[in-house]
Amino acid sequence: MMNNHPPPAVRADGLHVVRGGRQVLTDLAFTVPRGSVTGLLGPSGCGKTTLMRAIAGTQARVTGTLEVLGRPAGSAALRPRLGYVTQSPSVYADLTARQNLDYFAAVLGLPGAERGRQVEAALADVDLTGRADSLTGQMSGGQRSRVSLAVALLGTPELLVLDEPTVGLDPVLRRDLWQLFHRLAEERGTTLLISSHVMDEADRCERLLLMRAGELLAEDTPEALRRTTAEGTVESAFLHLVDRARAADEPWPAHTGQKGRTTP
Amino acid sequence: MSTRTRTPHGATEPVTTRALSPHRTLATARRVLRQLSHDRRTIALLLLLPVLLLVLLYYVFDADRRSFDSIGASLLGIFPMITMFLVTSIATLRERTTGTLERLLAMPLGKADLVLGYALAFGVLAVVQASLATGVAVWALDLDFAGSPWLLLLIALLDALLGTALGLFVSAFATSEFQAVQFMPAVIFPQLLLCGLFAPRDSMQPALEAVSHALPMSYAVDGMTEVLHHPDVTGAFVRDALVVAGSALLVLVVGAATLRRRTT
Repeated sequence: MMNNHPPPAVRADGLHVVRGGRQVLTDLAFTVPRGSVTGLLGPSGCGKTTLMRAIAGTQARVTGTLEVLGRPAGSAALRPRLGYVTQSPSVYADLTARQNLDYFAAVLGLPGAERGRQVEAALADVDLTGRADSLTGQMSGGQRSRVSLAVALLGTPELLVLDEPTVGLDPVLRRDLWQLFHRLAEERGTTLLISSHVMDEADRCERLLLMRAGELLAEDTPEALRRTTAEGTVESAFLHLVDRARAADEPWPAHTGQKGRTTP
Repeated sequence: MSTRTRTPHGATEPVTTRALSPHRTLATARRVLRQLSHDRRTIALLLLLPVLLLVLLYYVFDADRRSFDSIGASLLGIFPMITMFLVTSIATLRERTTGTLERLLAMPLGKADLVLGYALAFGVLAVVQASLATGVAVWALDLDFAGSPWLLLLIALLDALLGTALGLFVSAFATSEFQAVQFMPAVIFPQLLLCGLFAPRDSMQPALEAVSHALPMSYAVDGMTEVLHHPDVTGAFVRDALVVAGSALLVLVVGAATLRRRTT
């Protein structure tokens, strides 16, 4: 799509992923520009997590083109440049927030003084300075996922891949986190790819990737999506696109088990 | 929430992932010990249980001090292996199921760093455990042996490393804590039955005797028996120690191979 001097944060073309013996992603092609806040939206089970794992380099059986910061996804050189936050918080429950951050900062190879500074800064970013010495296992779910997010902020990665970071959080915290995401993009030039199955978060993103059943429905800005579908909200634009895809496709497969909130 | 201002991207020098970095290995060992330090009861059980069991054994063989000497010496080598096996298999299973392993392997951490970090942390713990048990056996329970207590300690440490290695390895085949715990009788008990503790190995059915030659615990117990009967370091002791150390190293390498950066 673009051929600017710094390669895009993510570029996929003809991307297929098989997971657990099942074709999860089919022929995806998209670009995530640098410094953007891109939302990855779609109902639960549509392949968002698998796509994020592929970008983070932890997913096996990926075929096609998938370049991250100009290198093939999963390259060793990318590991310090990319922060990945899984859906469930992946931190040690039997360590305090600060001890968790201190360890992951050491793994990133941050030297002593710099390490302490970055740990404190990451704690402040997610507003957990006051709970820094509490055991992570004794925190609330929302606090624990913020510890997990703070780990990803260490080392100032160029690309942050966040899997449903705001799920289950109260509205104030959600707003604060979205403000943090935009600040990261503006002040540090970080690229953020953020997944959500909640369509009302779409308008907080600059660009959207809409997914359904392992395929990409649309790749555009929220305004453009509403305009081209002549719908008022991204949610109805999504439904519009789904209907169009269904009409072009064979009949909609039984969608039991899809607990997404996208059905009207 | 606050932000920090930061130099633009590209200025950060790339951190390379090496197969092994002493810095990351030590950070991992420190992290594992910190996790344990929040769990005082586990530490108390790890350290006191072998001592209490030795005291129990002492009174079981109230009228037969010679039996206590030989069985007690063998147990000094067997305890560390069993406890470290259990602790490691559960700890690494947790790493796999909570997503911290996936996160670590998406970061610039070498697999050897992780494996050796665990070995180092549990090795330290095993030294404390074995010192305590050996000290009590020698001074309080008059365990009578000809060789140096340092040699007993050496075998105990090698055994602990073997237990850690086996625990790490089997955790790859367990998907729940229930399964991981069941691997203890599966992996440890046959070795316990065949190591010569219950019946001399050369009196076993020849096929079993042959099997016992292939099991590392047999050499651990033989090594302990050497220290029991000989004041000096014998050739047989050196061979036994090397076999146990070699087995531990081999299983550690195989265990490291079960850590996959990309999973299906």
